[in-house]
Amino acid sequence: MADATLDFSETTSRADVATHSHRRRGPMRWVVLAILAVLLLGTLFPFFLALINAVKNGVDYSASGPLSIPTRIDLGSLIYFWNLSDFSRKLLNSVIISACVAVFGALLSLLNAYAIGIGKVHGSRVILVVLMLGIMVPQESIIYPLYYMAKATGLYDTQLSVILIFAVLQSAFGTYLLSSVLGSFPREIIEAAEIDGASTWQILWSVVVPVLRPTLMVLGTFFFIWTWNEFLIPLVMLVSNNNQTVSVAMGLTRGQNMSDPTLQAAASLLGILPTVIFFVIFQRTLTRGVVVGAVK
Amino acid sequence: MAAAQGALATHRRAYYLYLIPGAVGFLLIVLIPQIANFFLSFTVWKGIGLPRWAGLQNYQRLITDDQFWGSMIHTVLLIFSMTVIPVLIGLVLAALLFDYVRDQWGEQVSSFFRAGFYLPQILPVTTAGVLWGWILSPIGVVNIILKSLGLGVIAQNWIGDATYAIWAVSLMIVWIQVGYCLVVFMAGLSRIDPSLYEAAELDGAGWWQRLFSITVPMLAPEIFVVVLTTLIAALKVFAPVFVLTAGGPDNATLVPSYLTYYHFFTTQRVGYAAAIAVVQTILTIVLATIFLRFQSRQQATE
Repeated sequence: MADATLDFSETTSRADVATHSHRRRGPMRWVVLAILAVLLLGTLFPFFLALINAVKNGVDYSASGPLSIPTRIDLGSLIYFWNLSDFSRKLLNSVIISACVAVFGALLSLLNAYAIGIGKVHGSRVILVVLMLGIMVPQESIIYPLYYMAKATGLYDTQLSVILIFAVLQSAFGTYLLSSVLGSFPREIIEAAEIDGASTWQILWSVVVPVLRPTLMVLGTFFFIWTWNEFLIPLVMLVSNNNQTVSVAMGLTRGQNMSDPTLQAAASLLGILPTVIFFVIFQRTLTRGVVVGAVK
Repeated sequence: MAAAQGALATHRRAYYLYLIPGAVGFLLIVLIPQIANFFLSFTVWKGIGLPRWAGLQNYQRLITDDQFWGSMIHTVLLIFSMTVIPVLIGLVLAALLFDYVRDQWGEQVSSFFRAGFYLPQILPVTTAGVLWGWILSPIGVVNIILKSLGLGVIAQNWIGDATYAIWAVSLMIVWIQVGYCLVVFMAGLSRIDPSLYEAAELDGAGWWQRLFSITVPMLAPEIFVVVLTTLIAALKVFAPVFVLTAGGPDNATLVPSYLTYYHFFTTQRVGYAAAIAVVQTILTIVLATIFLRFQSRQQATE
């Protein structure tokens, strides 16, 4: 705290940093900022390239290359790729699948975690370990039997198959997270409700769920984006064009003959946009969740 | 009181009912397929008719399969781009942003940088693949820049040349992974007492000294978590290879997951593919067990 009084003016609006002392400010701070800025520009450069070339005219591209700023905005490539890949359909499929997984996955996690965290059922520790191992093993080791089962039950090439699979897979992590949250739920509240004669079902919906709502929302957001980005299982399960997700459509673009550079940039941009928009809206939730997911 | 106790006991049993949907789901989606895959690995099967028992034949073939060993060697290489390099970059960046930038330029600048570096991490990997496939193509941006700098001799068919393809894939993976390491490390740093840094600074410790004597030891739990989760992920790399190179050229970027997919769905050697998947599963379980043990120890000390 030696020089905490130095330059206090800037920290007043940042209570959490106020205790952080300020070191001497020299030219070094500009050097560090410049280095970081160069690294950041390098990281974001591919995004920038996709953006400027997706709206570039083909003639413009062949005349001045990928690095020039487009002289005028031409949405031709974007529209062409949109129609070529039936992108509105792909978006809708991704939204339907991801949203259903978010809801059903969160619901399954809730029911499991209620039994483990509140009900303290026997063997809950074993259940959690088995669940976590179950989702950590490679999807390759379950994909063929799942593919076979889907074919046998008529679920092959239906979005329902992907929804069911991911609701279960994602709920393993959700169970793990919610159980540890519910493990510290005040017992007295539950016991009071029990003595009042409430059934476990009533306690779940009128006592536990209202408290858990914010956590459930975070979980749902996560399941949504994770499912959106999944590739192997949707690739195997959804063969027909009409059922495919954005992620699968992107994965298959490279195989198609798309030598036109502006078309590739347009495809990239369309793949990038939905997640970036989602990221901007849910940035706080998502960065918090990474930490929850990795460390908790 | 006795009545209340009785009610509580009934309640206790009622809680088991809530496990039924999850248990049925887990059984059908994870456990039965996992067991089925294990059995398939001891059979020869084309996906139709009945599997024929073959004992350890698939595993014996695996030991002498150059493609399989090649894929394992590539996995070891990918550990650098999935784990080693992103962890190192992530550590330096996190320490810089947390301990220097935040201090000198404020919280918002540091958050801005964090969000920017994190951005590649949120894309579907397949989209990243389309983007990088275009950038690294023979007529792509990298070669155009090299030529304009008069370095046209260095220009390569980065993805289509067996010598460079694995590095092209690695470059994209590093680009994706840094953000994950950075965000986890920065979250970990927020529980370090800033006075530690100040004390060290008063003692005349330079920035790098503080990095190695305070940041790295204090972040040990996060580093462990990131290293293990990314190692597990390195064993399962699939989409980057599928999209960028499809394992080629000349098997130069083959990874176990791609090999499994290839044998399941292209050559239809289901039993053989299942055997590769079993090897992957065993390796993952070893790593995952270490991870889960560590996590529960962490929780116990919290």
